[in-house]
Amino acid sequence: MITINSLMCKGCGYCIQFCPKHILEMGKQRSQKGFFYPMNIDADKCTSCAVCALMCPEGAIEVTLAKGSN
Amino acid sequence: MPEYKRPSSLKPMITSYCPGCMHALATRLVADVIGELDQVDNAINVVSVGCSALNLYTWSGDVIGAAHGRAPAVATGLKRCLPDRLVFTYQGDGDLAAIGLAEIMSAANRGENFTVIFANNQTYGMTGGQMAPTTLIGQKTTTTIYGRDPQTTGYPLQMCELISVLKAPVFVARYALNSPKGVADAKKGIKKAFELQMAGKGFTFVELLTNCPTNWGMAPLKTLEYMNTNTIPYFKPGIYKDEEGEVK
Repeated sequence: MITINSLMCKGCGYCIQFCPKHILEMGKQRSQKGFFYPMNIDADKCTSCAVCALMCPEGAIEVTLAKGSN
Repeated sequence: MPEYKRPSSLKPMITSYCPGCMHALATRLVADVIGELDQVDNAINVVSVGCSALNLYTWSGDVIGAAHGRAPAVATGLKRCLPDRLVFTYQGDGDLAAIGLAEIMSAANRGENFTVIFANNQTYGMTGGQMAPTTLIGQKTTTTIYGRDPQTTGYPLQMCELISVLKAPVFVARYALNSPKGVADAKKGIKKAFELQMAGKGFTFVELLTNCPTNWGMAPLKTLEYMNTNTIPYFKPGIYKDEEGEVK
């Protein structure tokens, strides 16, 4: 499961581009800083592979273990 | 399954970089590695001048600012005085390959025991996108408006190739940050460089190919494709030198 910190996100879209499950999508709301930020549209499909967190320049994504995984 | 937390070397605040700038990514990678090696309180970040210096605002550990291009000279003094500390410089291409060319080549040739992280985005980012020594042939900048012409401005400077022919450096490598594989490899490379430094082996140099969405005039995702088609064929990623020297 991932947590996106909207206060740090600048909406570059790298996480959306590289998510292997294609479950991230740019949201329609702006953050406090005025950037659009990504949303996880299907959290159940997330495998906690952490590719989004690896590519995030701002360190705005934190990853916790997926439910039921070891 | 991996788990990822924001590294403790970075303050919980937004960076000063533009959206999609890989300087932020490179800084975060270094912070990740320092966290993994448990050197958060032991590391000293020697920042240079340029966009690369902006990481001092988010860095929570020790930072020292060097004069333009002189980060390797400052790091030399620091490391000789404080041999137990993990010293690294974080420099851009305008700083390292232009004004600081003498310092980096001298420090590399002496085999000083510190690590250089070189972020190469092929332009002067902070001053408004002028041509850097590493600007690609044909690349448009504000001082080469028809594209860089080698007849008048020469060819892009390949720092990894230059430094790898010297005898003293022990680890010289280049990575591209435009794909998850490149980023994962870069993280391993930075870790190896720091481990070699901690073992007292000698000079280590890691070049990271980065982007500059603002001055290249592209959206962040477009820069990834541009790097694939233009930057990577000229600046080839790979390990250029990997030999463990004698312990000093």
